[in-house]
Amino acid sequence: MTDTTLTRTLVIEREMPHAPEKVWRALTQGPLIQEWLMTNDFQPVVGHRFTFRSTPVQGWNGIIDSEVLVVEPNSRLSYSWGSMGLETVVTWTLTLTKGGTQVRMEQSGFRSETDAAYKGATWGWTKFIGNLERVVGGLD
Amino acid sequence: MTQANANHVFRALSDPTRRSIFEELTRQGEQTVHALTRYAGVSQPAVSKHLTVLKRAKLVRHRREGRETHYRAQADALAPMVDWLNHYGAFWRDRFDQLENLLQRMEK
Repeated sequence: MTDTTLTRTLVIEREMPHAPEKVWRALTQGPLIQEWLMTNDFQPVVGHRFTFRSTPVQGWNGIIDSEVLVVEPNSRLSYSWGSMGLETVVTWTLTLTKGGTQVRMEQSGFRSETDAAYKGATWGWTKFIGNLERVVGGLD
Repeated sequence: MTQANANHVFRALSDPTRRSIFEELTRQGEQTVHALTRYAGVSQPAVSKHLTVLKRAKLVRHRREGRETHYRAQADALAPMVDWLNHYGAFWRDRFDQLENLLQRMEK
């Protein structure tokens, strides 16, 4: 197995005209999370394991397995984000600004595509390939 | 990777026998056509046909050694389906929009 430490990170940032406390509620209260992200059984407790669920789409079963890693009220929230061989970490950072809150989402741990595929080869195949039949059904 | 390539891969793996041959190669590493024929439980010409389709989708690679042809899985071929970074870039931008919508509707 290749043990590469090379990973890539996705960062999305946006300033929102709302107080950090309010953004924090939207990020940490289950029913609110469901409104903008996905149905979930999230609890703002470090070590809590939960899932996000959405409608399966082409090549994806719609389930994200997560564990809460960091909870720093009104400033930082982090949880693992795993799905079909992908193992990443999503970290939210809220910073107070004059106009409201700078909301930063960082998803880290994307491995090179080759490595991801090899990882899939060791344990993700059944799940992954099980989805293919449905996907193929959607092709002409 | 283009969508066409991904479709190629999906199509190649749509057949249960082909899929099982490919899975066997990812589990066992390199295999001869003979070994794959024993594993698949179909005729050798049928296995060779399946391997040709997998080869065209770049899912397997082969090499000759004496009378035997050895095949191995090319996991990179699945890259069109695991372009997670692109997928999540679009995903989170959309969710940021929805988060903003929600914040506008929420009480202070």
